Amino acid sequence: MTFALIIISALILGCAAVAMALRNLIHSALLLIGSWAGIAAFYLWAGAEFVAFAQILIYVGAISMVVLFAVLLTRQGDAPEPVEFPSFSRFVTGLIAGGGVAGVLFGSILGMPFDVRTAQTSPSLSVKELGTQLMEQHVVSLLVIGLLLTVALLGAVLLASDRRPDQPEDTP
Amino acid sequence: MSPLQICLLLSSLLFCIGLVGVLSRGSAILVLLGVELMLNAANINFIAFWRYGPNPDAGTGIVFVLFSIAAAAAEAAVGFALVIAVYRHQRNIRLQEANRLKG
Repeated sequence: MTFALIIISALILGCAAVAMALRNLIHSALLLIGSWAGIAAFYLWAGAEFVAFAQILIYVGAISMVVLFAVLLTRQGDAPEPVEFPSFSRFVTGLIAGGGVAGVLFGSILGMPFDVRTAQTSPSLSVKELGTQLMEQHVVSLLVIGLLLTVALLGAVLLASDRRPDQPEDTP
Repeated sequence: MSPLQICLLLSSLLFCIGLVGVLSRGSAILVLLGVELMLNAANINFIAFWRYGPNPDAGTGIVFVLFSIAAAAAEAAVGFALVIAVYRHQRNIRLQEANRLKG
């Protein structure tokens, strides 16, 4: 059980770290898709099947396509241009900041006496129960998130569209 | 070391990888991908505490992760639309050169 978790963790972290260090944007995006798939595997391992399939649908399916389209739409020339780090000092500063945050988090996690549930069986929450909860207790949040998605997607279309506001809509 | 601690260590490492990516890369796309990694690390924490928490039948962790994924999808859509808008102005997506508010 723990062994599988360690393998999944190594997959997720390895893909993410290499993706953040590469210079080719396409390779970074593909490796991050692997990392997201690994996170879906972690959700499956933890017993949250619905979230795992939502992760595969949304991240591995949809967001990866948005990322790849953004990479391809913003290319310069035919040859893929390597993306360099802005400067070495910036890289070192980022590494120090990330390492500091990691140190603080690791210290607090390892020093905290967690009161872990003793039963080792995975908790089961069926999709039916989940749907009931979504539609009863969390229905307001569901409506709000739907509204947020609608507004955000309309805004994205507006931002990315090429039309100037001073041009008339359709000139004959 | 309990499995909960391993999950928390995994999520904090993932968060820090995303943080280093956001702070040190110069391409807007990689910065957005780093933000996505940090959001995913938060989701891993929710699932870990749902799995090993005292009341796993409540399902609040799963519901929160679903909302978080939806918010992340909205963020990605707006973020990459902004990347394309920046590219249209300055013909590249290097953040160091995106220093004009009105172009």
